[in-house]
Amino acid sequence: MKNANWLGYIVFFALLAATPLLLDRYWVDVLNSVGLYLILALSLNIILGYAGMFHMGHAAFYAIGAYTTAIINTRYGIPVLWALPASGIAASLFALIVARPIIHLRGDYLLIVTIGMVEIVRIALINDVFGMTGGANGIFGISRPEIFGFRITQPIHFFYLIWFFAALTVLLFSLLENSRFGRALKYLKEDEVAAEGSGIHTARYKLAAFVLGAGWAGMCGTLFATKMTIISPESFNFWESVQLFMIVILGGSGSIPGVILGAFLVMGLPELFRDFANARLLIFGLALMVMMIVRPQGLLPARPRKYNLDSIRELS
Amino acid sequence: MSILRLDHLNKRFGGLVAVDRVSFSMEEGSVVGLIGPNGAGKTTVFNLITGNYQPDGGDVFFQGQSIRAKPTHQIVALGIARTFQTIRLFQNMTVLENVLAGCHCRMRTGLFGSLFHTLGQRLEEQQALRQSMDALAFVGLESSADQLAKNLSYGNQRLLEIARALATQPRLLILDEPAGGMNEQETQELIGLIAKMGQQGLSILLIEHDMKLVMMACDYLVVIEYGRKIAEGTPVEIQTNPKVIEAYLGADNDDGI
Repeated sequence: MKNANWLGYIVFFALLAATPLLLDRYWVDVLNSVGLYLILALSLNIILGYAGMFHMGHAAFYAIGAYTTAIINTRYGIPVLWALPASGIAASLFALIVARPIIHLRGDYLLIVTIGMVEIVRIALINDVFGMTGGANGIFGISRPEIFGFRITQPIHFFYLIWFFAALTVLLFSLLENSRFGRALKYLKEDEVAAEGSGIHTARYKLAAFVLGAGWAGMCGTLFATKMTIISPESFNFWESVQLFMIVILGGSGSIPGVILGAFLVMGLPELFRDFANARLLIFGLALMVMMIVRPQGLLPARPRKYNLDSIRELS
Repeated sequence: MSILRLDHLNKRFGGLVAVDRVSFSMEEGSVVGLIGPNGAGKTTVFNLITGNYQPDGGDVFFQGQSIRAKPTHQIVALGIARTFQTIRLFQNMTVLENVLAGCHCRMRTGLFGSLFHTLGQRLEEQQALRQSMDALAFVGLESSADQLAKNLSYGNQRLLEIARALATQPRLLILDEPAGGMNEQETQELIGLIAKMGQQGLSILLIEHDMKLVMMACDYLVVIEYGRKIAEGTPVEIQTNPKVIEAYLGADNDDGI
C-alpha cells in the first residue's frame, strides 16, 4: 500500500506539471490557489487530522507569516525567499505562546478559542498593531521572488514554485506520518489517557503539532504575500479558516490523499460553478451536509498502516 | 529492597475519602494482589501510583524514589506500566501500532529524524518493530499484528493491553482486572502468562475479582475496604482472616443472615 501511495503521488504531480500547457492564465491561477490551500490544509492536517485537535483559526498563522514577509521585505529590503524561514519561525513562536495555555481544552471548547484567536489577529492587523501592519489597507509593494537571478512574475512561474513546495510538503508529511512523531499524534487523537499511560508526553506533542503546523502555514504566508504583492487583513478572515477546516474534514482527516482531493473540491469546484453566482455556495453547503451524513469519515479516509515485517521475521 | 512502597496515601473526592492512609510495600519480583469489595478504592490506588490522580496526602516510592508529583508519562519512563479496567486501546489502529505506542518512551527520534527518516530513525524503527513483535509473541497475538485492535475478542484486547505495557520495558506492571470478561480457559492462560512474567523477574501488582486467579497467581495480598487497608498477608493467611471474611460476606450478626 505504501508503494502504491508513492507511485500515485509521482503520477499525480507529473500530470499536474503538464497541465499549464493546456490551461489559460485564469485556470493556472486557480490551480495556484488550490496549491496554496493544499499546503495550508496539509499543515492544518497535522493539528486537526493526526492529533485530532479542533483548530479553526489556522488563517492566523498564515497571516503572521504573510505579514512577517511583507514587513521585512518592504521595510528592510530583504528578498522574499530569504524571509521564508523567518516567517515560519514567527508563526511558530506565535503558536508556541498562544497554544500553550489552550491545548488542554477539548473538542468544541478548543474550537471556540481558536476562532477567537484568528479574529483577534485580524482585528489587531486592522488596528495597525505596532504601527507596522498598515491597518485596513494592508501592505503593498511586496517584491517578487527571485531564484538564481530568475524573477518569478507570471502565474505559470508561481505555479511551479507553489506546486514544488506542495510536493515537498506531501513528501515530508508522508514521512512524518509514518514515524515516531506522527504515530504519537495519532495515539493522542485515539485516546489521550491511554497515550499518556503508554509513556507519551501528550502535552508536549500537542504543542509540537501546533508549532509545526503554524510554522508551515507561516511559510505558506510568504508564498501568498509575494504572489499577491499586496496583503490586507481581509485576506485572512474567519472564512479562510473555515475553508481549510472543510478541506481536511471533507477529504478525510489524517489522510494526505484525502486532503489533496479536498483542496481541489473546496477551492476548485466553486470556480467551475461560477455561472451559478451566489447559488454555488448554497449547493456547496448542501453537498457538505449530505457528505457529513453519509460519509462522516471523509471521501478518502486514512487507512491503517501496514508495516513491512518480512525483514524482522527473517532476523528472528 | 522493596520495589514499590505506599506511605499513608490519601485521596478525597469532595466529602468521600476514597483512599484513607493506605500503606504497604511490595518486594522486587513478587506478584501482589490488591483485593476488596466493589468501590473499596482499589482502582483509585492504582491511579494514584501511576500519576493519573494526585494524592491529597502521603507518598509513593518506586525503587526508593518518590514519584508522587510526577506526570504519568515520566512514571512510565521510570518503569511502571499499567493496563486499564475499562479497556483503553487505540481502537482504530492496528494491533502492532498499539504495541509500538509502548516502545515510544524508549525511542529517541525527534521531529527532524521523523521528517527526514534519517539513518538513526530507520534503525530505531526496525528495533521497535522487532520488540513489538516479541511482545506480541509473548502474549500470543503475533498472528493478529495487522488487524485493527477493535476487531479483537475481549480477552485478546486485554492481552494486547498487556503487550503494550510490556513494550515500555517496565520493572513493575500494574494490571487492573486483567481477567475481566475472560472465559474460564482464557483466565487459565492468563494465570500462566502472569507466572511467566513473574519468572522473568517482573514485579506485578494486580486488582482482580476472580478469587481463583488471585489465589493461584499472587504471592501476597493486600485487602482494602472503604479506602482503608484491613489486612495483608499470603493468600492462605488472607483466606482465614476473620476481618476479610466479614468484609466479603458480611458479619455473622448481620440481620437477615
